[in-house]
Amino acid sequence: MSGIGKNPASPADITTDIDLTSDKPSALAQPTTRTLTPRERLIRSVNDGLMTFLVVLIALIWSVPTFGLFISSFRPPVAIHSSGWWEGLVPPWHFTLENYQNVLKTQDFGTAFINSLIISIPGTIIPVLVAAFAAYAFAWMHFPGRDWIFLGIVALLVVPIQMTLIPILNLLTDAGLTGGFVGIWLAHTAYGLPFAIYLLRSFFGALPGDLMESARIDGASHLRIFFRILLPLAVPSLASLVIFQFMWVWNDLLVALVLLGGAPDHAPMTVAIANLVNSFGTNYEVLTAAAFISMALPLVIFFSLQRYFVRGILAGSVKG
Amino acid sequence: MAITVAREPSAQGKRPPFGVKTREALIAAIWIAPAVAFVVVFLLYPVISTLWTSLFNFDSTEFVGLANFQKIFTSPGTLIVLRNNLIWLVLGTMATVALGLIIAVLVDRVRIESAAKAAIFIPMAISFVGAGVIWKFVYDYNAGGNQIGLLNAFITRLGFQPQAWLVGPGNNIALIVVYVWMWTGFCMVILSAALKGVPTDILEAARVDGAGELSIFFRIIVPMISPTIAVVATTMIINLLKIFDIVYVMTGGNFNTSVVAVEFYNQLLIFNDNGISSALAVVLLVAIVPIMIYNIRRFRIQEAQR
Repeated sequence: MSGIGKNPASPADITTDIDLTSDKPSALAQPTTRTLTPRERLIRSVNDGLMTFLVVLIALIWSVPTFGLFISSFRPPVAIHSSGWWEGLVPPWHFTLENYQNVLKTQDFGTAFINSLIISIPGTIIPVLVAAFAAYAFAWMHFPGRDWIFLGIVALLVVPIQMTLIPILNLLTDAGLTGGFVGIWLAHTAYGLPFAIYLLRSFFGALPGDLMESARIDGASHLRIFFRILLPLAVPSLASLVIFQFMWVWNDLLVALVLLGGAPDHAPMTVAIANLVNSFGTNYEVLTAAAFISMALPLVIFFSLQRYFVRGILAGSVKG
Repeated sequence: MAITVAREPSAQGKRPPFGVKTREALIAAIWIAPAVAFVVVFLLYPVISTLWTSLFNFDSTEFVGLANFQKIFTSPGTLIVLRNNLIWLVLGTMATVALGLIIAVLVDRVRIESAAKAAIFIPMAISFVGAGVIWKFVYDYNAGGNQIGLLNAFITRLGFQPQAWLVGPGNNIALIVVYVWMWTGFCMVILSAALKGVPTDILEAARVDGAGELSIFFRIIVPMISPTIAVVATTMIINLLKIFDIVYVMTGGNFNTSVVAVEFYNQLLIFNDNGISSALAVVLLVAIVPIMIYNIRRFRIQEAQR
């Protein structure tokens, strides 16, 4: 019997209960169990107060920039250019949806938003599917060179995208795919694969091996095991990978800039915004609303699927 | 395993044409084929091709040997680019890891842990482009009159002169701050998980022996979570070596803020110099190789423990 699947300290196990929503204090937070003298108790509560103050302060500092953009996006253009966003918080308020209307209609950011979706959805589904098949094979099949091929893929995890862009651009030009969506789907699939395979193999490898073995003994084919047993069990891990890949593709600027170069009608949100920043350095009113529209989807995904997001991060990096 | 081998053919109803092992290998090949094809065509081949292109002139018609690299490491313009990347690498890594660790320790001790963590983590979900726009409102500079940038409004209130943060000296630091704002949350979440894994009894024993909180932190906690710190730091190094979007969006690489990835982009699409841009990409790859080796080693050690 091989050792596959007998991994008590696999990332999936470690991370199951750790997420942002957990308020469980660690061992550090419980300095001692013995009873305290009144003086010690006073010091303790002053300390706690100080800590809370510090943490609130840090959280505020971290939130202020985003909050400022949010407020700005609802202010009239004249006000944005003449006064700081914090002055808009003082009554009388002059909030307006003008910037959003302007962005969606005259600046045609609606198209850019759709383009972002057209790029991101296949750019997420294809790599996750391809990676899931490969990760299953790496975790549960026996074949010569398995570990070497896997190591090779893990090694490619760190290859700078810049290293690949020129040849990919040439390849796509030869195939007549530059400036179109197909080329960028293929590129994002390749860029996402090493991490996706690495992550899914850890997750799949952590699933109970007895289950797979007994299914094999009963004569189930790999395809059947994959779809009937593994995929239903792996939904949470697939979710965290999907979130990752989606955010990565959605937020990407460089790949879109290079591979979609001469096709502004295919440009996603990031490219459209970057063009706006460069061409009208002070066209703030359009930028504010555009930036917020581009953030809306990732933020919604983040808040609704926070648990999976954090789980994926931890599994991808808390190792050893 | 012996049972599996014996039973499988009968379960299929007939003997497979090859041995069970060969058959399994063939099936596996089909399962990994799409992934391997993608990786070979879009990652492996391009890496080799770029290595080759970096030895040629701007339109890849003439072999120039290492001349492109010589240009990169001698021309004053690219030397500033390399210097900037180094500043990013050192300050960015130190700041994100240190802040991430400090905040992880702090939030661990307060009741509002999850809310504070979410606030610090949110920038992760925002694109670099979005972050660039957000921070334009922090760094905005107005030579005379009302400051609409938060930072200048703040310091003029205190009686200082407003600064052109993105233009003057220190502008690289201003850009790094944006990165730190985005990625500290990532470090915090991972380090926080590691902190929660430090066993209580060890800390308890240290406290009973009279160790202060600071020495417990540096002598026990930091060494215990050092593997995680290493993982977080390497992730940051990989990110920072390739840093592109923040610089591209906020300064376009002007005012001495360019980094290797931005210079790569300019050389490729603005100056149409395939040789130099390939050579710049190779510089990034070479810088990342030690981390690649470190990652593989770490991975093999883990596998050995399975």
